[in-house]
Amino acid sequence: MNIFCVGINHRTAGVSLRERFAVEEGSLSCLLTELRREAAMGEAVVLSTCNRVEIYGLSGDADAAARVCADVLQRSAGTEAEFYRREQAEGARHLFRVVCGLDSMVVGETEILGQVKEAYAAALESGATGAALNRLFQQAFRVAKQVRTETGITRGAVSVGSVAVELAEKIFGDLADCRVLLLGAGKAGARVARSLQSRGVRRLVLSNRTFERAAELARELEGMALHFDQWQSALPDVDIVISSTAARGRLLSAAELSPVMTARVDRPLFLVDLAVPRDFDPALNGLDGVFLHDMDSLQAMAQRSVEARGREVERCEELIDAQVEEFLSWARQRPESTKVTVTSVS
Amino acid sequence: MERYLLAGSTFCYLLGFAYSLVLLGAGKFRPGRFNLYAIAGGFVLQTAFLYLRGHVVGRCPITNTFEILVFLSWSVAMAYLVVGTTYRISLLGVFTAPLVFGLQLAALLLPSAPAAARRGPPDGWLELHASTSLVAYGVLALACVAGVMFLVQEKQLKMRVPGSIFHLLPPITTLAVAMRRLLWFGVILLSVGIVAGFFIGTPIGRVKSGASILVWLVYAGVLFLWTRNVLHSHRVAQYCVGAFALALVTLPAMYALGGMLAK
Repeated sequence: MNIFCVGINHRTAGVSLRERFAVEEGSLSCLLTELRREAAMGEAVVLSTCNRVEIYGLSGDADAAARVCADVLQRSAGTEAEFYRREQAEGARHLFRVVCGLDSMVVGETEILGQVKEAYAAALESGATGAALNRLFQQAFRVAKQVRTETGITRGAVSVGSVAVELAEKIFGDLADCRVLLLGAGKAGARVARSLQSRGVRRLVLSNRTFERAAELARELEGMALHFDQWQSALPDVDIVISSTAARGRLLSAAELSPVMTARVDRPLFLVDLAVPRDFDPALNGLDGVFLHDMDSLQAMAQRSVEARGREVERCEELIDAQVEEFLSWARQRPESTKVTVTSVS
Repeated sequence: MERYLLAGSTFCYLLGFAYSLVLLGAGKFRPGRFNLYAIAGGFVLQTAFLYLRGHVVGRCPITNTFEILVFLSWSVAMAYLVVGTTYRISLLGVFTAPLVFGLQLAALLLPSAPAAARRGPPDGWLELHASTSLVAYGVLALACVAGVMFLVQEKQLKMRVPGSIFHLLPPITTLAVAMRRLLWFGVILLSVGIVAGFFIGTPIGRVKSGASILVWLVYAGVLFLWTRNVLHSHRVAQYCVGAFALALVTLPAMYALGGMLAK
């Protein structure tokens, strides 16, 4: 019996093609049954995310089974695609790289681990897995945990929004009690606000020169709209200010903020300036308790995290190699009747 | 037996410190429980040592410099384990381990650490004064550590692109809460120690009590101004570091001077 993987991902297929192949949660069980019957597979797991559709299987004739799997997927999608195929040790390695986020669009992202766990749980529930895939997936989850704790592959934020969230968390800790003021109704500001909301922020105030736009965005983000000539009066009560207006001059100077900081009484203020030209005077960062970051600094932090993750890849690969070796050793020790042929491809 | 216990606890502290240092040096440090276990292990062995020692001397084992250093180190470890619950698995352990290790090593390296000897009947007030004062300094030492961490993290947050230590340090608001807790705990213990000092059978010299009261005034003043919202956490962190440095320099000098004047 051979382990194999067949699929498409963000590198081999565009989003318009991937969305055709995406498998809905409700039809997973039927697809698993169909695949196992048509491709004569002993075991199967289907992984379908926004970036990949992959089938992991166990079959006596992996080559033929992989071709049938591709046919079934193409038939269901109503279109053709170029499928990649990984067999034996490379199949195991591929899964380990996927769960560790090494094969993701953003290297080191952790969402994929949860998605693989769900895919495995669905297959397990359908009775589509057996000793080989159970062992393979359990080991994949272990290697993902090991990689996350022993390397810095997941460390650091890699987008402007997540960098802002990371900074906010290093200032305030828990964001649940933080109040956010969003100046301007631009997309960049709204994205950062959403990122903060995803990490617990509940109170959001929006202000824009055109009040209707602020009100519209406030409805969308479940916040409260404020007239633009009143936004400075909200400063004593908010913890984070995100600004992305198209103002030509500075909206806030150190001389204006200084008395506000005295009134705030030892409560830090985090200013996120996404506007170009900048809305906040850079001198604000010199005030006690004020932390100012602009687009350049947020992007530089994101870029540095991307580079740092890149440097960690090699260490991750070493850990994965060791786990692949362990899996091979387990496969070799299986009784002859249930032997899984997983030879190293080197 | 006592010496083995002490050597064992020193080794635990060294282990915690060295482990973190090596990982930090290699850029691989991740907050974990190793430091907590190392310090907890050291603390247990140290407690056993102090218990045995106390049994022999028939009082709180702070009768000479050797014992005082061990007791002070024990106080810092205890403060870390008790007060540092919020972030005990974070980098605080890395900062605490070298402090307790250093204090204990100094005790072990004393030219001739005196053997424990039973003294006369203990003066309860003297014991209370000495032990609470030492525990207070242990707690304030940790407040100093939290202050250093606050200042480092604040600087990181003000930089355009923070360094890698930024990811390892706790949020500044957490550190501010820790500083506040430690300051309260330290000032209360220091107050108890000073009040107990007034009831000791043999009166304490004016220089000694003056030095203690000066340190108390500095800490209590900082705490008072902070609770009245006159001081910002940034300044409090600076005072935590400065006041402990002042206590480290002033107290031994004053005690030495007090001893000379007494002669």
